[in-house]
Amino acid sequence: MTETTTTPTGVAQAEHNEGDEEKRTVVRTQGVKKIYKMGGIEVHALRGVDLEIYTGEYLSIMGPSGSGKSTFFNMVGGLDKPTEGKVYIDEVDVAQLDAYELAWLRCRKIGYIFQSFNLIPVMTALENVTLPMVFAGLTSDESRDKGMALLKKVGLGERYSHKPNELSGGQQQRVAVARALANDPAVVLADEPTGNLDLKTGTEIIELLREMNETQGVTIISATHDHKMLSVSDRVVWIKDGQKERVALRKDLEIETVHVEGE
Amino acid sequence: MTEQSIVGGRTISLPMSKALEISLRSLKIRFGRSLITTSGIILAIAFLMSVWSQNEIIGSLRAANKSELNLALQKNGVETLTAEGADVSVEAQARLAEENSKQTWLISLSLLVCVVGIANAMLMSVTERFREIGTMKCLGALDSFIIKLFLLESTFQGLAGTIIGIFVGLLMTLTLALLDYGAFVFEYFPVGGILRSATAAIVSGTLLSLIGAMMPAYKAAKMEPVEAMRSDS
Repeated sequence: MTETTTTPTGVAQAEHNEGDEEKRTVVRTQGVKKIYKMGGIEVHALRGVDLEIYTGEYLSIMGPSGSGKSTFFNMVGGLDKPTEGKVYIDEVDVAQLDAYELAWLRCRKIGYIFQSFNLIPVMTALENVTLPMVFAGLTSDESRDKGMALLKKVGLGERYSHKPNELSGGQQQRVAVARALANDPAVVLADEPTGNLDLKTGTEIIELLREMNETQGVTIISATHDHKMLSVSDRVVWIKDGQKERVALRKDLEIETVHVEGE
Repeated sequence: MTEQSIVGGRTISLPMSKALEISLRSLKIRFGRSLITTSGIILAIAFLMSVWSQNEIIGSLRAANKSELNLALQKNGVETLTAEGADVSVEAQARLAEENSKQTWLISLSLLVCVVGIANAMLMSVTERFREIGTMKCLGALDSFIIKLFLLESTFQGLAGTIIGIFVGLLMTLTLALLDYGAFVFEYFPVGGILRSATAAIVSGTLLSLIGAMMPAYKAAKMEPVEAMRSDS
């Protein structure tokens, strides 16, 4: 627990700050509810969440386990459909898509980064990075060139021919970051990207994500309870009991932190 | 992104070569286990092939209708043709038919066991790779790609097992026949019949592998991509 979570402030105070330049919404949720039926009992995982995520921002979703954070995160990533309410990714209503269109959306518009890296064990680093391009219909020459460029960008240009089990955890996650960027997605979803990494490598991955966000303009949405994430996020959303508990901008967080430390 | 651009994406060519490559490599990396699965097919096909080739060889020796050969055949309980080349008596024919149906029953049983074994092994393979499949679906793999992956894998396994099984079965029958009838076997070797049996064995072995893999492949394809997020396993 750090200072930030112990100082509750008004909900959504920072969501619409005046004076910001015009922002383009890339993901929008409207009154998203999710009800699971477990043995005849209805479990309300989400109780109506409204959120807009803008192009180019680095957003962190925080919350304890069981808060509905994962459910919400999966909705935003087009991996789950809401029981009630709407999720728009790049202005497309996810609920309206058929299986083929969903696969297309996942392939072209969303990049995924997982806690346990999830590289395909039988493929080399380069092949892992180019796999989404193959699904997107790129030729092998195009995808090889692009894959190599991406691997260089994440600092693994020399290791393109290594299999995942020949790479360290941090390197595997770097490959996963490159793979997530393969088809120039509108958003990159990172699910606890530092959860399986030690402190130092975790920080490196966070810095890499931040760098990609700043230099490539990639929108990053990450579910985390890693407080290292807070300092790089543009905006942090707290989910609690299936509801949006609080949204804070980084600059406000910094002020808060200073304030608490000063006490 | 508009609705139109989604529809525009429908022109994606399905990467068959990629599926081929991945499934071959998956087999290589799990070579030990795929060997066990394959051995099931080898045994079933070896049995099938030995029965078929034995029928072919005996039939060819009978048709030769040579006195010394007939003696050896009779010693092994095979009804021989009469001196005029006429076929066997009514009761012998009935006995032959009964034996045939017993044989068919045994073959069907062994093949059935084989299919169940393949289905079991493929199900295990699918369960083991839940996260891998989920990840591929997150990356944009279609259901059809996943199905292709598993059917191809099983087909390769089946083909390899069938070819080995054919040789094992043929070798077994040939050894036994040589012991009983000596060089006559080569003199009256039914090349055409054996080739026919081998072809039929290849077709049935591959088909069985495909049938065995169908349900597991379908299960894999219908998996939700969220599975990729699970960190345990």
